[in-house]
Amino acid sequence: MSGSMAGPVLEVDDLRVQLRTPRGTAHVVNGLSYTVGPGETVAVVGESGSGKSVSVLALLGLLPPRVATVTGRALLEGEDLLAMSPERLRQVRGPGAGMVFQDPMTSLNPVLTVGKQIVEGLRAHADVSKEAARRRAAELLAEVGLPDPEGALDRYPHELSGGMRQRVVIAIALSNSPSLLIADEATTALDVTVQAQIIDLVEKLQADHGTGVIWITHDLGVVAGIADRVLVMYGGRCVEDGTVDDVLERPAHPYTRGLLGSLPDLAAPVGPDGELPDLTTVPGLPPAPTDLPTGCVFWPRCPVRGDARCETEQPPLVVVPRGQKGHFGPELPHRAATWCGG
Amino acid sequence: MTAEPVPLRPVRPRWRETLGLLVRNKVALGAALVLLAIIVVAVFDRAFAPQSANAQDIADRLQAPSWSHPFGTDNLGRDILSRVIIGASVSLKVGFLSVGLALVVGTLLGLLAGYYGGWVDDVLMRLMDMLFAFPAVLLAIAILAIRGPGTSNTIIAIAVVYVPIFARVTRASVLGVREEVYVRASRSVGASDFRLLTRHVLPNAAPPIIVQTSVSLAFAVLAEAALSFLGLGTQPPNPSWGLMLAEGREFIGLAWWLAFFPGMAIVVTVLCFNLLGDGLRDVLDPRQRTLMAGGGR
Amino acid sequence: MVLAGVSVLVFSLIHLVKGDPVRRALGTRYSQEAYDALRARNGLDLPLVEQYFTWAGRALTGDLGVSFRSGEPVTTLIAERLPATLTLALAAIVLALLIAVPLGTISALRPRSVVDRIATVISQFGISVPDFWLAIVLILVFAGTLGWLPSGGYVPLTENPVEWAQRLILPAIATGVVSGSVLTRFVRSSVLEALGSDHVRTAQAKGLPTRQVFTWHVLRNALLPLVTVTGVQLAYLLSGVVVVEIVFSWPGLGQLALQAVEARDYPVLQGAVLLFALVFLVINLLVDLLYTRIDPRIRQ
Repeated sequence: MSGSMAGPVLEVDDLRVQLRTPRGTAHVVNGLSYTVGPGETVAVVGESGSGKSVSVLALLGLLPPRVATVTGRALLEGEDLLAMSPERLRQVRGPGAGMVFQDPMTSLNPVLTVGKQIVEGLRAHADVSKEAARRRAAELLAEVGLPDPEGALDRYPHELSGGMRQRVVIAIALSNSPSLLIADEATTALDVTVQAQIIDLVEKLQADHGTGVIWITHDLGVVAGIADRVLVMYGGRCVEDGTVDDVLERPAHPYTRGLLGSLPDLAAPVGPDGELPDLTTVPGLPPAPTDLPTGCVFWPRCPVRGDARCETEQPPLVVVPRGQKGHFGPELPHRAATWCGG
Repeated sequence: MTAEPVPLRPVRPRWRETLGLLVRNKVALGAALVLLAIIVVAVFDRAFAPQSANAQDIADRLQAPSWSHPFGTDNLGRDILSRVIIGASVSLKVGFLSVGLALVVGTLLGLLAGYYGGWVDDVLMRLMDMLFAFPAVLLAIAILAIRGPGTSNTIIAIAVVYVPIFARVTRASVLGVREEVYVRASRSVGASDFRLLTRHVLPNAAPPIIVQTSVSLAFAVLAEAALSFLGLGTQPPNPSWGLMLAEGREFIGLAWWLAFFPGMAIVVTVLCFNLLGDGLRDVLDPRQRTLMAGGGR
Repeated sequence: MVLAGVSVLVFSLIHLVKGDPVRRALGTRYSQEAYDALRARNGLDLPLVEQYFTWAGRALTGDLGVSFRSGEPVTTLIAERLPATLTLALAAIVLALLIAVPLGTISALRPRSVVDRIATVISQFGISVPDFWLAIVLILVFAGTLGWLPSGGYVPLTENPVEWAQRLILPAIATGVVSGSVLTRFVRSSVLEALGSDHVRTAQAKGLPTRQVFTWHVLRNALLPLVTVTGVQLAYLLSGVVVVEIVFSWPGLGQLALQAVEARDYPVLQGAVLLFALVFLVINLLVDLLYTRIDPRIRQ
């Protein structure tokens, strides 16, 4: 299906996650499928509660096992993450996939030095001496642009600014040269200039190492800057995916249009067609995963619902017909799951 | 220039909802019901006790538990069940009065310190630190050594021990709400200090104080028992659980029930206050602002 | 600063007693010579402020006056009793930690499991049981019915280590149970909190072995605050020792203080109370110092 030359780094097929909560079973991810090619950046966007974070935590087995049920397939370089033994999964975390979390203030251990936290990651996967690992750690810190990397090794996280801490987290995630990097809202907690620096950094490292990247965010401005492809999540499903141009400029799903409308930078969100309703925000709240609506997950909030099937049947992801512009080359299809977008 | 609208005070803890949450916490509810039963028995002690506390029957002494004496009799032939029941009223009276005293004085001091700050705060809190530097039981013993043993002095001694804790808890809560927008807003429209304290600051500082009260009651009952056990609290022939333990201790090898039942009465009462405190903490004070979690010791 | 205040409070002790403490203390042994001698030796014939500074000055050099009862220096009396109390308190806190750390950790690792529920019930009871009652029950069972251990008394370690240990077990259990229960609950909530923290997820995402995640990222973080809580518990435990000492005829400071109360031996009581407060303050100070050394967030 995918047109890339080498095999995909990650191939997710029908991923489903259920969490047991005091209020009943939460269907957080409901049949998610996508691929990430080498050197490709896939942005996963959606409001909080759409299941974006849970979907990637599930891939690496980072959800509490007592609470979470994960089904489906997720091939990381051909090997199914969801079927691995715990020990094999541990070996894959790091060299297979590195992860950067949202809040740099809490994602580092406050009582261990930065150096110790990088070194232990290196030594968990390679038989290297402490000294060698320490030298490598300093190189990594230099690579992510930390001033005085040698000195930083002996610093504690609280002695660094938020941006610097996030660089450390990125250095940890990249320390075992993973083929896949997952950034979960990695810049959300940072201010705009730092955010731009981190994005540049990841793009540069990605170009150098050919890493596939999953970039989770609810910030469409970031998406436009970094992504090759976009996957829009709503109610634990993919409601639209395609190239960043297709999705951002020719959104086919009313939810995506709503998201774009709520983006202040893009004053005129609607494409040149002019035929779409002028959505400025998406009113209402995302559905509770314990209580998903029957039919299209989006219909209770949908401003253009009208099809009889909206309330009864979940629309499948189908290829969106191309607009008047011509398309050339082996582009990825632009798909959306809606009864009324076409 | 238009005046900014006065921001609304946050919704006060809704008592009905709080009560609902507490009712759903089965352990805390159970503890509260047992406590209620104990309190009812303690208040109407003479009605519940089968005999008077000091009715002696030498012929019937040191009898093991039986139908006529469910908890047995002591060395003077007094009915242990009756003494435990009447002892409940003594123990609980000391507990409630001492904690009540500490609550009033401590909360007042904490309010003053927290609300006015500055030197008032410095002086009061340093004073509290000093009292706090004494181990609790020893402080109470020292106070009783000065004032002489007896029930009312025991109440004072336990209250003195607990004043600093209430002062600290209250002060911390007051500091937390003092700078909130609604308090500043009320001040800016000229509300009096008294009104501010009673209408705005105190209700919002109340949850940790309530939790502390329940935990302190547990401590007070234990402290009363300890002091009476040492012969400094309640004086014979009045029965108090601690005193009964001290009397029973001499016959421990001969008649275990003398010390066992008053001990169980203490355990059950203290356990219930602690469980209720835990439940209240979960409901009222999820951020755990209360000092000294767990038994208050 | 606090210590100065404490000393004033302790000093006031003797002067708050209704009537004439020396006269009350001497009781039937009263004679004018004995009375004058005691007053002079404890500086009670001087003006109040002068008395305080004399007393405080002497206290600083280790002279706490003489016993109204035996005429021995208070410092000597206290020094004789201190080892027994410290032994008991330390044994109790060690015992408490030995129970609390494993039990609290297991409870946190398996929340709502059978072990967790049992630990919760036990610790809840442990907090609510009066230590002196537990002491009586322990004596009844282990010294009386079973006859395994002696019911009281103290033997110095240097004299007979085996007997020392035998006599220490029951008092240490009775004293340590409350602290053990409080600490168990603390360890449980602390480990639970650490388990749920973001940095543990980061550690897992690095691919660290489970054991390493647990020791370096869960336990290490969870047990740091335990230092403070243990210090506070040790301080409280020193006070709780008083009553347990009576039950086990343990010749410690608590017993001394209580005997002083009964004999109206105010200088001894004064000295004992001052020492307890001093130990309390020193422990708190040490804990603060230790904590700033081991927690990098406070260390500068």
